[in-house]
Amino acid sequence: MLLIPCPWCGPRDEPEFSFGGEPVARPVPAERVSDAEWADYLYFRDNDKGPHTEIWCHSGGCGQWFVMERDTLTHAVLSARKPGGAA
Amino acid sequence: MTARRLAEGGRIDRASVLPFTWHGAKLSGFAGDTLASALLANGVKVVGRGFKYHRARGIFAAWVEEPNAILDLQWNGHHDPNARATTVALRAGMAARGVNARPDVDRDIYRGIDLLQRFLPAGFYYKTFFPNWHRYEPRIREMAGLGRLRGGAPDTRQYEARHAHADVLIVGGGPAGLAAARAAASAGLSVLLADDRREFGGSLLWQDATIDDQSGMAWAAATVRDLAGAGVRLLPDTTVFGAYDDGSFGLLERRGAAPAGWAEDRLWTVRARHAVLATGSIERPLVFPHNDRPGVMLASAALQYLRQYSVLVADEIVVATNNDSAYTAALALRDAGATVTVADVRPAPPAIAHAAIDAGIRVLPGSVVLHTIGRDGVRLVDIGPADATSARAATLRVPAGAVLVSGGHAPAVHLHSQSRGKLRWDDASAMFLPVAAVTGQSLAGAMTGEQTLAGALASGHRAGVAAASALDRGVAIPAPTTPRLPASDPIQPYWCVPIKGARQWLDLQNDVAVKDVRLAARENYSSVEHLKRYTTLGMATDQGKTSNVNGLAILADATGRRIPEVGTTTFRPPYTPVTLGALAGMRHGALYAPWRHLPAHAEHVERGAEMREYGGWWRPACYTRASETPAQAIQREAAAVRQGVGLFDGSSLGKIVVDGPDAAAFLNLLYYNDLANLKPGRLRYVLLLRENGVVYDDGVVARVGPERYQLSPSSSHTAGVLAMLEAWHQTEYPTMRVAFHDVTGAWATFAVSGPRARDMLSPLTGIDIAADALPHMTFADGTILGIAGRIARVSFTGERSYEVSVPAGYGPALWRRLMQAGGDFGITPYGIEALSVLRAEKGYILIGTDTDGMTLPDDLGMAGPLRAKKVDFVGRRSLLTPDAVRPDRRQFVGLLPLDPNAVPHPGAHAIERRADGMRSLGWVTSACHSPALGRSIALGMIARGRSLIESGGEVELFHLGQTMRARVVSPVFHDPAGEKLHG
Repeated sequence: MLLIPCPWCGPRDEPEFSFGGEPVARPVPAERVSDAEWADYLYFRDNDKGPHTEIWCHSGGCGQWFVMERDTLTHAVLSARKPGGAA
Repeated sequence: MTARRLAEGGRIDRASVLPFTWHGAKLSGFAGDTLASALLANGVKVVGRGFKYHRARGIFAAWVEEPNAILDLQWNGHHDPNARATTVALRAGMAARGVNARPDVDRDIYRGIDLLQRFLPAGFYYKTFFPNWHRYEPRIREMAGLGRLRGGAPDTRQYEARHAHADVLIVGGGPAGLAAARAAASAGLSVLLADDRREFGGSLLWQDATIDDQSGMAWAAATVRDLAGAGVRLLPDTTVFGAYDDGSFGLLERRGAAPAGWAEDRLWTVRARHAVLATGSIERPLVFPHNDRPGVMLASAALQYLRQYSVLVADEIVVATNNDSAYTAALALRDAGATVTVADVRPAPPAIAHAAIDAGIRVLPGSVVLHTIGRDGVRLVDIGPADATSARAATLRVPAGAVLVSGGHAPAVHLHSQSRGKLRWDDASAMFLPVAAVTGQSLAGAMTGEQTLAGALASGHRAGVAAASALDRGVAIPAPTTPRLPASDPIQPYWCVPIKGARQWLDLQNDVAVKDVRLAARENYSSVEHLKRYTTLGMATDQGKTSNVNGLAILADATGRRIPEVGTTTFRPPYTPVTLGALAGMRHGALYAPWRHLPAHAEHVERGAEMREYGGWWRPACYTRASETPAQAIQREAAAVRQGVGLFDGSSLGKIVVDGPDAAAFLNLLYYNDLANLKPGRLRYVLLLRENGVVYDDGVVARVGPERYQLSPSSSHTAGVLAMLEAWHQTEYPTMRVAFHDVTGAWATFAVSGPRARDMLSPLTGIDIAADALPHMTFADGTILGIAGRIARVSFTGERSYEVSVPAGYGPALWRRLMQAGGDFGITPYGIEALSVLRAEKGYILIGTDTDGMTLPDDLGMAGPLRAKKVDFVGRRSLLTPDAVRPDRRQFVGLLPLDPNAVPHPGAHAIERRADGMRSLGWVTSACHSPALGRSIALGMIARGRSLIESGGEVELFHLGQTMRARVVSPVFHDPAGEKLHG
C-alpha cells in the first residue's frame, strides 16, 4: 500500500486513489490522425521499468487528478505535482 | 512410549481444566495449553495423514512451522477446517479431528497408497493425467488435500479491521524485540510491539537466562510492564504476516478471550515510519530415512513442550543434530528424567558434549539416525556413521519414543524479503541472512545472524537506537546485559544421509522427499522456482518453513552447485495463513457496500414491493399481490401502464448538474450528440462513448438554462459519468469554465406513465402539461401539490409519461398523494421488472444488458449524430476506423420466436451451421413475454442484423443444446409510429 502525497491533501493511503496510467497526448484534429496513430494513442503505452510518469486521481478524497512519478521497480514515489504546475 | 504430562512445571494453569475431544474421545488439557500440547499430553501420536501417500504423521513442531498437525476444529458453533494445532490456544469444548483420512487418522482407508509410492514420483500427476486432468480431478481431490468445508454453512465468526500509525513497529517480542522496544520507547517515539505468541518473551519462555540480574522471564515481564507504562501499544497473539509498500504492514490479531459476539480475529493495517524486524529463527530438521514417523520432532519443539506445557515427549529420546543448539533440549529433557542419546554428525565431540556426558547423556559423535522403526510411531532407532551409504551400516539400535532433530536454524527473513531485501548465504552459520536492512527497517536478533542471548539483546538495543536515530531521536538508556557464555562449536551442514533408495522426507506437509528433488534435478528442473512447482516443495500451508533450505541444499548438491547459486524462492505474504473471513472483515452481507434507499422506500415496502438491489440501489422489482407470483405481477403491472396509468419510482436515476459559461461547449466535446443546439426547456436522449467509441452510457440531458444542464445517467453509472466528466475536464480541457455537481440524492422522481397519465396528473400541478404546452422531450418547473419541483415529459415505457421531481424530503408524501389521487384512474405502481418489459416492447436499450464492451452507436442504429455533429467528441475518431465500419458488425434487432410461447434465454446464440460446426452470429440480449403483443419477444445483437430485418430473415437460436427459430424484426415492437408516446 503506497503512501501517496496528494498535491492538495498531503500523504494518503493508496486505496484512496485511482490510477490513470501514463499520460498520453490526445492527437488532434481527429480527421488528420491516422488509424495507426489513433490506435497508438488508445492502446499502446511504454510501461517503463524504473522511473515512470503516471496520472492518479485522489478519487476517495479531493477528487483531483495529478501527475506522479513512481519507480515501477521499487514502487518508490519520486514526486507528485498538480497538472501543469509544480508540487 | 508416548508423551506425557509431568507432575509440575510449565506455564499452564492446572487449576483450570479444559475438556475437549479428539475424534470424539473425551480428553482434557489446561488453560495455557495449545491444542497440540494437550494432544501430546494425552498421548496422542498420529494427528494426520500425509497429503499424498497417507503415511501416519505426528506433531513435529511447537509453533507456526508445524507441517503435520492441521486439524478440523469446531468450537462455540464455529468451524475451522484447517487449524494448525500448534498455534491454537486450547479452549473448553473444542472438538478436533484429523483431516485427509477416512474414517480417521488411525484407520485411514487410503493408507495402502504408500505401497504404490514408487509409481507416484514427483510430477506423477502431470505426467499421467495431462491433458485429461478434469476427468481424474474429482477422485484425486477426494484422496488428497486438507480439511473440508461443511456444506456451504456460513462462517459464524466475527471479524473486524483496524488501522494504526506508529513511529516504530517492532515485529517480535523476544529478547531482541523487547530490547529494541525499550530503546525506541525511551526516545519518546510511539511504538507498536507485536508478537504472535500469547506471552511476550520469545525464546525466554523456554530457555534458561539471566538478564539484568533477573531470570529471563522476570526481565521480560518487567520490561513489558515498563513498556505499557510508557505508552507502547502491545499486541500479543498478533502475527505480522505481510510487509507492503511505504512502511505498511498487515497484522492478524487473535483475541481468543474476546467476549461472546465480539470479533475474535482483527486485521490490522499499520503504517509505520520505521520497523524493527526481530522475528527470530525457525529450526531446520536433520533429514534421514523414515524421518516422518510420529515421534520425530524438532529439538526446539520438544524443549518448548517441556518448558511451556510441562509435556515430556518421551521417556527414551534420541537427539539427531549437527549443531550445539540441540544440546540445550537434550540437557533439559535429561534433567526432566528422560534417557537421552545424542547422535551428532560432527566427528569431533563439541565442548558442550562434555556437559551432556556429565549429565548422563550418551553422545555419539560422527553419527546419524539411519532408520526409525515402529508402526504408528517411533519405537526403535538405528544409529550409524554419518557417511553411511546403507541402512545396514547401523551400529546401534536403541529404543526411543521420540527422535529430536536439529539441522541448524533459519532466520525468519520473510518480512525482510517481502520488502525486497536481499539475502546472502552465510557459510559459517549455514543460513540465509539479510545482506542489510532495507530502508525504513532495522534488523535485530537472529535476523542479524546472532545466535546467543547476549547478541540478541545487544542487536535489539542497536536496532532500537537505529530506529530512533532514523527519526531524529536519541536513546539514553543502556542495553540490557546478560552473562557471556562460552562460544558454541560451529555447525556442520548435513542435508541428508547418503543412502540411495530410502525415503528421506523434506516437506512433510506436501510429501516431498529427497528423491523427488533429485528426480526434478535429473529432469532438468534445476531452477529453484521450477523445483518448487514440479515437486510442490514448500507450497503447502506451512510454505516450507521447515523444508525450503534443506530442499534447495539437496538441489544444489544434485546439480553440482553451491547453495547461493541456487538461491531461494520468492517470499510473499502472508507469513502464516490468513482466513478470508479476516481479510473481508465486516465487509460482507448487509455491510458489504452501503445500501442506497429511495426516498419513498417505506411506502414501497408497505405496498408489498419485492425490494432488490440494482446497481447499488435497493429498488422495487415488482409489487406482488397475495394472489399472484412475481412473474404474474410483472405482466399485470406492464399491462396496466399500457391501458391506464402506472407510477414508478425513478429517484435513483442520476442527476448531475453541469454549470458554467463553457457548459455547452464542454458537453459537446464529451457527448455523442450535439448539446450546444439544445434549447432551454428541452430534453435530448444522448449517448456517452468511451474514447474507443464503445457506448458507455445513455441518458437524457435537460438544458435548464444557457449555462446550465442537467444530465440523467443510468442509475448505476452516475458516479462513473461524473468521474469521466471530471477526468476530461481536469486532464484535457482544464481551461474550460465548467463545474459538475451530483444532485441525485436531493430529488425524488416519480414517473406517471400511461394513456391516462395526463388526466390524472393535470389537476395536481400548477404546470400546464397539455399536449401542446408540454410536448414529448420538454420539461417545466412549477408546483406539484404545492411543492416546488419539475415535470419532465420523457418516457421509458413508450406511453405518455411525466417524470415528476420534488425535493427528496417530500418524496414519501408525494408518492402517497399520487397513489391516492390515482385511485380513480386505477393507478398501478410498477417496478423495475415491469419497466424492463415495457422498454423491451419499445426496443429501448439497457446499457450493459443490450450493449457490451464492443457496442458502437451505429450498432444500435444511432448513426445520425455522427453525421450531423461537426465538432470532435470523445470516441469520434474510433467510429471512423475500418473495424467500426465493417459491414458484418453485430447490430441491434428484435427477434420474434416462431413459437409465440417460447421465450429464448438471454445469452442464447444465433447460430449458423457450417460444415465445420456451428458459428455464432450474435446473441439474445433481452427476452420476455410481452403483454402488449401477447407473445414472446426478444432483443439481440446479430451480425448484419439490419439487412436481416429488411429481408425478413430468420435465425436459429441455440442455448445449452436447445434450439428455436426466430424471425429478425425491428426492435420496436410496440407503437412503432410513436403515436402513444407523443399523444
